[in-house]
Amino acid sequence: MNQYAEAFAAFNQDAESGWLKSQRIAAFARFEHLGFPINGVENWKYTNTKALAKRDFLLPKTVDLDAAREVLKARDVALDDHRLVFVNGVYAPELSNLSGLPAALVVEPLSEALDKELELTCGMMGRLAGIDCDVFTALNFAFAGEGAMIRIGNHQVIEKPISLIHLSVAGDQASMSHPRILVAAGANSQVRLVEHFLGSEEAVHFTNRVAEVVLERNAQLTHYLLQEPGDQSWLVNRTHVEQKRDSRYYCHHINLGGKLVRDDLVCDLNGTGAESEFSGLLFGRNKQHLDIHSLVNHNEPRTYSRETYKAILNDKARGVFNGKVIVKKDSQQIDAQQSNANLLLSDQAEIDTKPELEIYADDVKCSHGATTGQLDETALFYLKSRGLSDELARGLLTLAFANEVVDKIDIEPIYQLVETTVAGHLPHQVNLDDL
Amino acid sequence: MASEEMEQLVRKEYKQGFVTDIESDTLPPGLDEDVIRHISQRKKEPEWLLEWRLEAYRHWLTMKDPQGWAHLSYPKIDYQAVSYYSAPGAKNKDAPKSLDEVDPKLLETFDKLGIPLHERAALAGVAVDAVFDSVSVGTTFKAKLAEAGVIFCSISEAVQEHPELVRQYLGTVVPHTDNYYAALNSAVFTDGSFVFVPKGVTCPMELSTYFRINAANTGQFERTLIVCEEQAQVSYLEGCTAPMRDENQLHAAVVELVALDDAYIKYSTVQNWYPGDEEGKGGIYNFVTKRGDCRGDRAKISWTQVETGSAITWKYPSCILRGKDSVGEFYSVAVTNNYQQADTGTKMIHIGEGSRSTIISKGISAGRSNQSYRGLVKILPTAKNARNFTQCDSLLIGDQCGAHTFPYQEIGTASAQVEHEATTSKIGEDQLFYCMQRGISEEDSVNMIVNGFCKDVFKELPMEFAVEAEALLNVSLEGAVG
Repeated sequence: MNQYAEAFAAFNQDAESGWLKSQRIAAFARFEHLGFPINGVENWKYTNTKALAKRDFLLPKTVDLDAAREVLKARDVALDDHRLVFVNGVYAPELSNLSGLPAALVVEPLSEALDKELELTCGMMGRLAGIDCDVFTALNFAFAGEGAMIRIGNHQVIEKPISLIHLSVAGDQASMSHPRILVAAGANSQVRLVEHFLGSEEAVHFTNRVAEVVLERNAQLTHYLLQEPGDQSWLVNRTHVEQKRDSRYYCHHINLGGKLVRDDLVCDLNGTGAESEFSGLLFGRNKQHLDIHSLVNHNEPRTYSRETYKAILNDKARGVFNGKVIVKKDSQQIDAQQSNANLLLSDQAEIDTKPELEIYADDVKCSHGATTGQLDETALFYLKSRGLSDELARGLLTLAFANEVVDKIDIEPIYQLVETTVAGHLPHQVNLDDL
Repeated sequence: MASEEMEQLVRKEYKQGFVTDIESDTLPPGLDEDVIRHISQRKKEPEWLLEWRLEAYRHWLTMKDPQGWAHLSYPKIDYQAVSYYSAPGAKNKDAPKSLDEVDPKLLETFDKLGIPLHERAALAGVAVDAVFDSVSVGTTFKAKLAEAGVIFCSISEAVQEHPELVRQYLGTVVPHTDNYYAALNSAVFTDGSFVFVPKGVTCPMELSTYFRINAANTGQFERTLIVCEEQAQVSYLEGCTAPMRDENQLHAAVVELVALDDAYIKYSTVQNWYPGDEEGKGGIYNFVTKRGDCRGDRAKISWTQVETGSAITWKYPSCILRGKDSVGEFYSVAVTNNYQQADTGTKMIHIGEGSRSTIISKGISAGRSNQSYRGLVKILPTAKNARNFTQCDSLLIGDQCGAHTFPYQEIGTASAQVEHEATTSKIGEDQLFYCMQRGISEEDSVNMIVNGFCKDVFKELPMEFAVEAEALLNVSLEGAVG
């Protein structure tokens, strides 16, 4: 823990005194008080963060832009978008593209927002995911300073997607970053937000991101979370969404694995008619550890939620799914469904799943299902009887299993990237071009 | 030095005079090693059992009260305010002298359940000796069982007569280190049942505590041990549908089942202890550890439970499926009304290859009650081709109650197949409308629908139990509708 204290002291000493500085100090105290979750903490039952406590992660001083360009060349989805690129957590204007922003849209790095509109920015920070939230959120707040500020004006439909690229490259030493993403979508607005976490294989980086999203009346946000931080990198991700009346939040969550990837997704349905939909894929291999915790709070009547998560685990990968739906008292006429289906490709892989329901109202339609199993023998036989090899048949069926969630991605390049990545990492690689 | 002194203190023989006051035959509240020595001495237990109890007690002292662990809320329990021993047959001064003194509401319930008149007094705790002649019935049973070679007696009797069997199996399924209440129970258990079915024997009748002589006061810390040797079979019924009057608020029972190769144990429970009044005052706290161990290949253990009573239920009948192709089953109906709280479910630990388990859980919450299903399905890497099916449904009656599901699945082998399904809903308006437009009253319609909802579990109960369970369900939900 000491290395964090040193890094924090160095980080915060030059800061101007004011609300943010004092909040950071409070946040760090909170972090020290809580400490990294050890065994026995229910929310971290299956995920071990010991390595994070032990290792020395430093805030990067310089970043290698050439290396970043290499990574982008290999993995970027290259959309026509408004984009902010962060390399090891440091904003890289050279790689970003903010030209042609519509008037009613603000997309800027958090550091700039703090310079320009300190009060507004501070007002949005920590409102949903404050320092009391959990230990990683507290740690994030202690190092708050970079990230993104996105504001969409009322009645705006933003054509181009907004992309946030969180990129990690190898440096002299293991590095860390604590980006905070603030999103405010005005009434009746519509926007697509892509977040891509990627890194080189050599990069040893710990990303601890927190996002706070507020959707006003009838706003719609489609969130594409694409996570592939690299095999030696940690990613701890908290997304907290507050939804007002009739707003819609759609999340396409693709977790292609890192050394350890942990997600906490929280949706507060605070207005009648609010809808949230999650569809996610966990694809783990080697010794990757993938952990998803989702929580949907039905705080108002007539709110709706859907959750579909699929996991495919190979080698010694371990997957964790914990979905929770809470229906508050007097929140009547709720429709909440949750499903989790898992496919283990290897005997050393493990999945721990826990779909939870907590219901305090009676006029509700809530259900959840969780299954773990193998590929259907009859389907396999059918494909093989048509002359497909066993490997190819298995590969195709596995892809089909993933497709139920992947198919919903309506941005074609992202869809293709996910599909080829999954196909390329199956035990028997499937070359989609051959078909 | 200090530790030696401590050791001596700990091992100090229990002082004379402590028990001279036999008049009441009930120990004053409080728990320490002397109390445990006293219990052990009163029951004339062998030395090893006393040591076993003391070890459990010492371990218990190191443990933390698991309050706040489950989805339950209740005031902190003062374990020193509980009396841990009351001799069987000891009469409570406050007990009603005749049926006229019994709460008329209780009598009304007996009426609805169709309890025979002569049994009512016994159930209501009326302080009269031998209300009905169960002795003769019991003796006939005993003879028949002895002929088959089945041992069925109280655990105290078993300790005296079959110490080697008790010693071999006691605490091997639920060790005292298992949890707080199991440790407490191991230290202070007073009585319970012991069943031993030898190799190849199918028990000629269904065993029930109800028929066991001396079962009148099994005490609040019940310990049950059932062992089925190779190819043996037994069906065991615990509890009864009639509401039991009970002086003790805290109950912490332990039930251990051991099934060897090809053995089959069916364990059915109907629990209807005092749930507290309509304002949620009083009521029994029921903290039970029940576990079955399928030690042999193709062994099968089946739990069926109907839980309608107790203010607080904390109970997870579990199966350890160690043997190859062993089978575990769990069927449960839990009903909570008024301010009752229940946190119940099961654990299926798959270790053996090809082991299978089924979990069917039906929860009905009404009034201001809260109910949780908490379950674990764990498939170890050794359990190739293991199979689990889980279904837990909740029915909500009224908008003040809660229903929750916390199912854990930990799957460590690719060849396992695990399914979990859960739904929560209220009684369908259309179902209700359909029944009522046929001239059925609202209350009867609800009862009918609820009984239908529980059918999957009731059909697992032994016949006469199933009939009673249905009646019990209706009584439990009384006043929940309309």
